[in-house]
Amino acid sequence: MKQIYFDNAASTKTDEKVVEAMMPYFGEKFGNASSVHVKGQEAKHAMENARKVIAKSIGARTHEIIFTSGGTESNNLTLKGLFWQNFPEKNHIITTKIEHDCILNTCKWLEKQGAKITYLDVDSEGFVDLEQLRNSITDKTIVVSVIHGNNEIGTIQDLEMIGKVCREKNVLFHTDACQSYTKTFLDVKTQNLDLVTLNSHKIHGPKGVGTLYIRDGINLTPLFHGGGHERKIRSGTENVSGIVGFAKAVEIADKRDVEKMAGMRDRLIEGILKIENTKLNGAQGDKRLCNNINVSFNNIEGEAVGGYLEQKGFCTSTGSACASHSLETSHVLKSIGLTPVQGNSSIRVSISKFTTNEEVDYFLEVLPSIVNKLRRISPLR
Amino acid sequence: MNTQTYSKKLLKHFRNPKFVKKVRNPDAIGEVGNLKCGDVMRMQIKVADGKIKDIGFQTFGCPAAVASSDMVCELAKGKTLEEAKKFTNDDVVKELGGMPLVKIHCSVLGIQALRKAIEDYERKNRSKS
Ligand SMILES: Cc1ncc(COP(=O)(O)O)c(C=O)c1O
Ligand SMILES: [Zn+2]
Repeated sequence: MKQIYFDNAASTKTDEKVVEAMMPYFGEKFGNASSVHVKGQEAKHAMENARKVIAKSIGARTHEIIFTSGGTESNNLTLKGLFWQNFPEKNHIITTKIEHDCILNTCKWLEKQGAKITYLDVDSEGFVDLEQLRNSITDKTIVVSVIHGNNEIGTIQDLEMIGKVCREKNVLFHTDACQSYTKTFLDVKTQNLDLVTLNSHKIHGPKGVGTLYIRDGINLTPLFHGGGHERKIRSGTENVSGIVGFAKAVEIADKRDVEKMAGMRDRLIEGILKIENTKLNGAQGDKRLCNNINVSFNNIEGEAVGGYLEQKGFCTSTGSACASHSLETSHVLKSIGLTPVQGNSSIRVSISKFTTNEEVDYFLEVLPSIVNKLRRISPLR
Repeated sequence: MNTQTYSKKLLKHFRNPKFVKKVRNPDAIGEVGNLKCGDVMRMQIKVADGKIKDIGFQTFGCPAAVASSDMVCELAKGKTLEEAKKFTNDDVVKELGGMPLVKIHCSVLGIQALRKAIEDYERKNRSKS
């Protein structure tokens, strides 16, 4: 059976051009970028070139980019690094209720270390309330961290407005842009960003590599101590092949793919909502990630929908409690006001530049009968 | 036994459950689960001569919950109430060829619903006599 990959928010297929660009760094160009000899300099050169590409893509200066092992590390480095740098003079961090677990669980851990965390509410589409943000900032506040494009419901925050508030109040502003990177406008200057988390495997690059943009002049305490790599902020021999692949993925990202995906997304949403008692979760149009669809089907369980879809070849995901490690309904869906049943009835479909119109058609063809069958099985009415 | 993925047999029961139905004039009903933590299951039985003559379920739940409901019905059908009471969830999981360990808590609903239906039956019939 043909596999149709509709879970690109989890990870994406590594582009062949990316793999090709990486290959020499597993072979001949194996050097350690810290070595002063020819092999080392070859690696260093490739790495610095990659740094330039990524910096340019978000309007940063090259030296403001630090390579890490991915989104999780960059987010940990931001929050822990800033906390340890500023504690105990300052101890307050502001974030939202719809962050990725690697922000939320870092915050929970920091609370045990003496941090005070404010978790901002969001409205029914997932947007942060600027007034609540403004009122939450105190003279103890270190940083405001808000996810850019939400990984579950696709809502894209207005970074520019949030950045303005942070600048006005003189607190640092961080965003986790793993999902939005290359898919919507991101610019550290116009959006007043002080720190930005990016990763590679959501944009057809390799796994295990990411960056943290750190605006010049901001100090943070490292997570890793060692040989002083990456401006002493992140020790450890750099993952040169991964970094080269990441930059290649950025280079080949194409605006036309974004438009194509947005068209398919809207066709999918429209088609799915034709099924009775079905609800879209998250924002619409330009304020939604071009590749994200999240819907709840009344009275049937999300993982079961995914299970039947898998039988037809589709890989999707769900916010259902059953499918999560924690056995809890998605915190994001709860935060936008869904009841546990609605949350447990959700599926997320996330497409990519490789998605075809035939795949979209096939999905819309098989979905109604799956929903009907599960509604017959369900005791809920 | 499988403790990581859904077995072929489990998927078969999930994809083509044989016992999804409302039993006509059921003698007893067992309903378990709660919407907050996820799965909800309703099992109906018809009893004659102390045996489960007919049984059917409806489930709001994941593949493990649906398949377990179906398996419980398969095991219980035709058995005496005393026999049916002795089934455990281990029997169900074993019959399904195993499942991911995190899914065991979903599968227990099947047995719980059956026991509740039997209790319901016994309560009703005690009060009759
Ligand atoms: C919004 C968001 N932040 C962070 C991460 C974690 O990134 P990584 O898998 O590179 O650690 C992900 C994806 O897993 C994500 O979607
Ligand atoms: Zn379950």
